[in-house]
Amino acid sequence: MNKILIANRGEIALRIMKTCKRLGIKTVAVHSEADEHMPFVKYADEAYVIGPGPVLQSYLKADDIIEIALKVGADAIHPGYGLMSENAAFARKVSDAGLTFIGPDAETIELMGDKIASRMKMKAASVPVVPGTDEGVASLEDAIHAANMIGYPIMLKASAGGGGIGMVRCESEQALSQHFQSVKTRAKSYFGDDVVFLEKFVENARHIEVQIFGDDKGNIVHLFERNCSVQRRNQKVIEESPSPSLSEEVAERLYEAAVAAGKAVNYRNAGTVEFILSENDDFYFLEMNTRLQVEHPVTEEVTGYDLVEWQIEVASGNELPVKDQQQIKSSGHAIEFRIYAEDPATFMPSPGIIRKMDWNDSANVRIDSGYEEGGSVTPFYDPMIAKVIVHAEGRQEAINKAEEFFTSFTIEGVKTNIPLFQKFIGSKEFDHGDYTTNVLAEWLKTKKEEVEK
Amino acid sequence: MTQVKAAMAGTVFTVNVAEGDEVQAGQVIIVLESMKMEIPVETEIGGKVTSINVQVGDFVNEEDVLAVIGE
Repeated sequence: MNKILIANRGEIALRIMKTCKRLGIKTVAVHSEADEHMPFVKYADEAYVIGPGPVLQSYLKADDIIEIALKVGADAIHPGYGLMSENAAFARKVSDAGLTFIGPDAETIELMGDKIASRMKMKAASVPVVPGTDEGVASLEDAIHAANMIGYPIMLKASAGGGGIGMVRCESEQALSQHFQSVKTRAKSYFGDDVVFLEKFVENARHIEVQIFGDDKGNIVHLFERNCSVQRRNQKVIEESPSPSLSEEVAERLYEAAVAAGKAVNYRNAGTVEFILSENDDFYFLEMNTRLQVEHPVTEEVTGYDLVEWQIEVASGNELPVKDQQQIKSSGHAIEFRIYAEDPATFMPSPGIIRKMDWNDSANVRIDSGYEEGGSVTPFYDPMIAKVIVHAEGRQEAINKAEEFFTSFTIEGVKTNIPLFQKFIGSKEFDHGDYTTNVLAEWLKTKKEEVEK
Repeated sequence: MTQVKAAMAGTVFTVNVAEGDEVQAGQVIIVLESMKMEIPVETEIGGKVTSINVQVGDFVNEEDVLAVIGE
């Protein structure tokens, strides 16, 4: 590959471009008018404006993006994460245009994007799935009947959903009745498909995912797990690898299940198999993300591999860069913190201009950011400003390193969740590592005032 | 007359009332979507909706008047 167009923005566009540059591959940025002065636009070898700020008028304009790729002589399109990364129609159009889509094939994206169909596929492959409905529930009556069979609490989910959007926990029939229509409406608005289904809500759960990678030759490997249980609004905030409070035996079974999931769909390129773990270490398949994940850097830090380079290698038709599973080792402990432009206590977004962004350069901490001082955090996009990734010999050393780093990390002009991290990292709830997906909400109940100061 | 304004910039996700509807204080009349989050917009007073100035899909800026409520 000589030239790659990155159909994305912000930190991930910049991060992909840096690997391309290292590999001697030219990069093409496509950007909205709102992103004209963003670092990823400046960093690219070529940059083209594709429309105004709202994503529907810019980053989701598939035909325009493909047309630019063809016009500038790009060999491939890297979709990053979010936006069109899991859009099967886009992947198909890219291939039909004679370009390489850096990701799995459109059929796999389609199958895994349908949460009901993917549940069925996993069941057939003997991968455990959360108890739930095997098809969409068309009416409230059907939903109530199914929920009574499964038992409350349940999760009401959009079949085409993801990213924490389009799912509601329902404790009772009354809650289910209250949310049923609005979840369907939301699913239609966000994902273009109003099919919803039910899953048993697993109490006191941990959210642990396994990174897998496959190539055209049928090789599939895993690159260990990431614990993503620290969440707000059903979205991840802190991710770490290896997962604390996970026995080697359970971890091995998770890896086996993840590789089996990949093999069941002949998976190619980077993918992540998400599991929910109960208090008893029973685990269930949640979904498979058919793209590079936001939190991929923690895996890069512990394995030493560049996953974007792997993606480009595999998309070029080459075999995986490793001979076999045994060659992949995990070393030390890595933790990622997502820095959001939001109120640290209420999580309300905080758009504005970043007047100051400063940290201690000598801290040996990886910062993946799409912004710079003077940059504008606009209301059109996800509020993530940066990712802070620490890597150290052990978990405690990584936590210490993060605590030290956050004393020097300053962002002014927009509110951020840095004050939350400054308080939460040293908390006993995070420290003991045996936390569940409720940890942040529970911790904030007593610490909200401290965080707001 | 009380103006209901956008607390922050965003895209109109839903409009839950129509002109002429009677609303109560605290009722969510419009939902904005901003930075991948839904922002409910409530009316501070009860009364009749005298005008709705936006429709679904519109982009609004902070302080834009979304609706007007008559006492």
